[in-house]
Amino acid sequence: MEIFKKVSNFDFMGLRKFTFISSLVLLLVIAGSLATRGLNFGVDFTGGTIIELGYQQPVVLEEVRQRLGQAGFHGVVVQHFGSSRDVLIRLAPSTGQTQAEVSTRVLESLKQSGQNSIELRRIEFVGPQVGDELVEQGGLALLLAFIGVFIYVMLRFEWRFAVGAVAATAHDIIVTIGIFSIFQIEFDLTVLAAVLAVLGYSLNDTVVVFDRIRENFRKMRKGTTIEIMNVSINQTLSRTIMTSVTTLMVVTVLFFFGGETVRGLSLAMIIGVVFGTYSSIFFASPIVLMLGVDRANLIPVPVKKEGEGADLRP
Amino acid sequence: MMNQYPLWKNLLIVAVLIVSVFYALPNLYGEDPALQISSSRSAPLDEAAQARVQEALKRTGIPFGATEKVANGLLVRFNDTGSQLKAKDLISETLGDGYVVALNLAPKTPGWLTALGAAPMYLGLDLRGGVHFQMLVDMNAAMRQAEERYVNDFRTLLRNEKLRYLTVIRKTTGGVEVKFRTAEERDKAREVIRKENPTLEFKDSQQGDEFYLLASINDQEQRETRRFAVQQNITALRNRVNELGVSEPIIQQQGQDRIVVQLPGVQDTVRAKEILGGTATLEFRMVDQENNVQEAVAGSVPINAKLYKERNGSPILLQKRVIVTGNDITHAASTIDSENGGAAVSIRLNGKAGNVMGSITKDNVGKPMAVVFIETRVETTNINGTAVKTRKQVEEVINVAVIRSAFSNNFQITGLDSPNEARDLALLLRAGALAAPMEIVEERTIGPSLGQDNIDQGMYSAIVSLIVVAIFMGGYYRVFGLVANIGLAFNMVMLIAVMSLLQATLTLPGIAAMVLTMGMAVDANVLIYERIREELRNGNTPQASIHAGFERAFATIMDSNVTTIIAGAMLFIFGTGPVKGFAVVLIIGILTSMFTAVTVSRGIINLAYGGRKITRLSV
Repeated sequence: MEIFKKVSNFDFMGLRKFTFISSLVLLLVIAGSLATRGLNFGVDFTGGTIIELGYQQPVVLEEVRQRLGQAGFHGVVVQHFGSSRDVLIRLAPSTGQTQAEVSTRVLESLKQSGQNSIELRRIEFVGPQVGDELVEQGGLALLLAFIGVFIYVMLRFEWRFAVGAVAATAHDIIVTIGIFSIFQIEFDLTVLAAVLAVLGYSLNDTVVVFDRIRENFRKMRKGTTIEIMNVSINQTLSRTIMTSVTTLMVVTVLFFFGGETVRGLSLAMIIGVVFGTYSSIFFASPIVLMLGVDRANLIPVPVKKEGEGADLRP
Repeated sequence: MMNQYPLWKNLLIVAVLIVSVFYALPNLYGEDPALQISSSRSAPLDEAAQARVQEALKRTGIPFGATEKVANGLLVRFNDTGSQLKAKDLISETLGDGYVVALNLAPKTPGWLTALGAAPMYLGLDLRGGVHFQMLVDMNAAMRQAEERYVNDFRTLLRNEKLRYLTVIRKTTGGVEVKFRTAEERDKAREVIRKENPTLEFKDSQQGDEFYLLASINDQEQRETRRFAVQQNITALRNRVNELGVSEPIIQQQGQDRIVVQLPGVQDTVRAKEILGGTATLEFRMVDQENNVQEAVAGSVPINAKLYKERNGSPILLQKRVIVTGNDITHAASTIDSENGGAAVSIRLNGKAGNVMGSITKDNVGKPMAVVFIETRVETTNINGTAVKTRKQVEEVINVAVIRSAFSNNFQITGLDSPNEARDLALLLRAGALAAPMEIVEERTIGPSLGQDNIDQGMYSAIVSLIVVAIFMGGYYRVFGLVANIGLAFNMVMLIAVMSLLQATLTLPGIAAMVLTMGMAVDANVLIYERIREELRNGNTPQASIHAGFERAFATIMDSNVTTIIAGAMLFIFGTGPVKGFAVVLIIGILTSMFTAVTVSRGIINLAYGGRKITRLSV
């Protein structure tokens, strides 16, 4: 079985104005959403307390709320989690030394009403200082991953490709984060991990295309840069689609069967894989083209140092 | 001949496969409910204790499996959790004080595998259930306490030396300030203080006709104070965790001022917090030698004495009067006795306590003095549906030593049995010194049912993914697809083997990464196969196509995987807990998938097609 019997011959590069504009519109929408709605950060980043409880019978949420209200907890979010017997209680971070005691007091107030059959499934308490640190470390991890990848692609290829790869990857990450913002899906630590995995995946996809472009620049003596890029994208197309399909299959399985804890993670991966595929076909190469890449940039120059010197060539 | 591996390469692949299977195997055996019995230093866990346990179990008819000696105690296996729980109460009762009986899950790994050093993967708290705390040690308070000790010390010292001063205060901006009426008094005082405290830094100043001396703690001592603060809290936590009966607790420093406590299997977070949140102190008291211990045990405790127990359980009678307390200890460390080279502990007290100690020891040379360790905590008990908070104190005599000669604020406890004992005692003394307060800044508790759910859902997703990917690859690439599937299966075995060997922690995001690896691992195969197809289309012979496909795809596979590894490495470095688990599996998965796609798949394809004339490939 083959998707394409022959190597396809789509004019991807010809679509670049269209893809740039649509990506730009999408990024503007996301910027608007991030500016006005922001991200729905989970307890990992905001600090606060989450308690998940399992009851023997289905629970009326209003009763739980009332009981917590009587115990002095106000502004508490109480919702079903998975089934009507599972309850998730969210408390905003409070000030004072007794934050860690909040979960204890919640449990006590709920158990006192004779409901001793409540099963504690999960408590997550994150102090504000820890939340701030996690945000900081997450941002740092993203930044350093970008720098590391930029350096690697620059050494292996050339700076224009490095810019193209990083831009395409940044595009995918921003879109992934943006969709979490637009739909106000909870953004927690595992989603951040998925975003970094998206970074790896998207780059992986883009680098495979770049690899072929480099090879074809060396192999094909004729042809404009645009033609060579088009041929390369077409030659790698079935691989790009195959890998996306297998990866998409497993993250979809994870989304449906992996349970609540990894749902955010797998959703971020699904979005990231779809856009990572899109960007490596439509977005990455046009950027390299725009930066004015030339065959001369990729033909190894004997006894010429990497870096600025190479750019002085006509 | 084309596309044939030399024998050694084929043998290497087979060898790696066999080793991987062996080290992945322990994960298949599951676990027995078990009890882990450990003992404090003085209560021996010998054959006799083991026999007592077995006999008690036999008498009450609780079915039990093997009992075995493990590194830190005795392990008793059971068939089900019901008898495990019943046996826990029974064994605690049988052995009495000095033993800790903890619920545990013991891997059913057969002996011959254990002998090879094989063990199942270590499951994270989100899979096995348990409590994770992150505590923050209040370093400002630690520094404040250190400076306040100097305030008291200076006062005592100057008074002892009959030097006149106006005030001694702790500056809120740091340092201790002493005010004098004359420059001459200040200079004299400075020298006296410097002699006693060589690590302090001094600064003179004058305002109107008042003369100031500012003493501040130097950088090195500040660092030392911080380290001390974290260490004493860790020791105190270790002591308390022992009481919780946890089989494999993790207590470790994280960063400069954090302590992470992980208690697998603990469900009662309320009790865990109460026990961890206790406070410890020490009291030095003289041993009461005038009254009879046995009479006291029988019930007639003299009015000015109090009955205690030593660590080995034997009773001891101490005077009621407390000489000094843990709050007066400024330093405690294990050391070597300068006279006979034996193990010893050196202790330093603050000046005031030194004076008291001096006057007591002068009158009591030749008599024994004891150190009592006191742990105080609040306990909540449920009485008739209402929570009642009570204060509970656990007191224990940790050392009794004879006063050889009068001493004041610097002395040694000598004659200890071993350097280990000295270290333990020093740690306890530190734990009982005035501790810097701690605060829980993060808690993650996973109930046992959620942990099991996480395992089930994770494993189910993994199996479904494996099947889906296998069907897809087989359908699309035919024989080559089957080869990729064998590689994929091999990859999973290797991944699990490496995780088990490294004893890396498997978390739920880790299982997610495993699933993700399956999707991404076939990428290398896809790259190679698409390349082979291309070569075939270009009119190359099948053998040449296979060869070129593998050779040419390799550079691409390298480039694309290195970028993913960079992202994974950043996640590993900056991530915490479950996220780190995700990164570990991702990185190992990429490495093993490179091996399987490039080497193993190649080996199989070589066996299938290599070295003979073929007209078409099933790719």
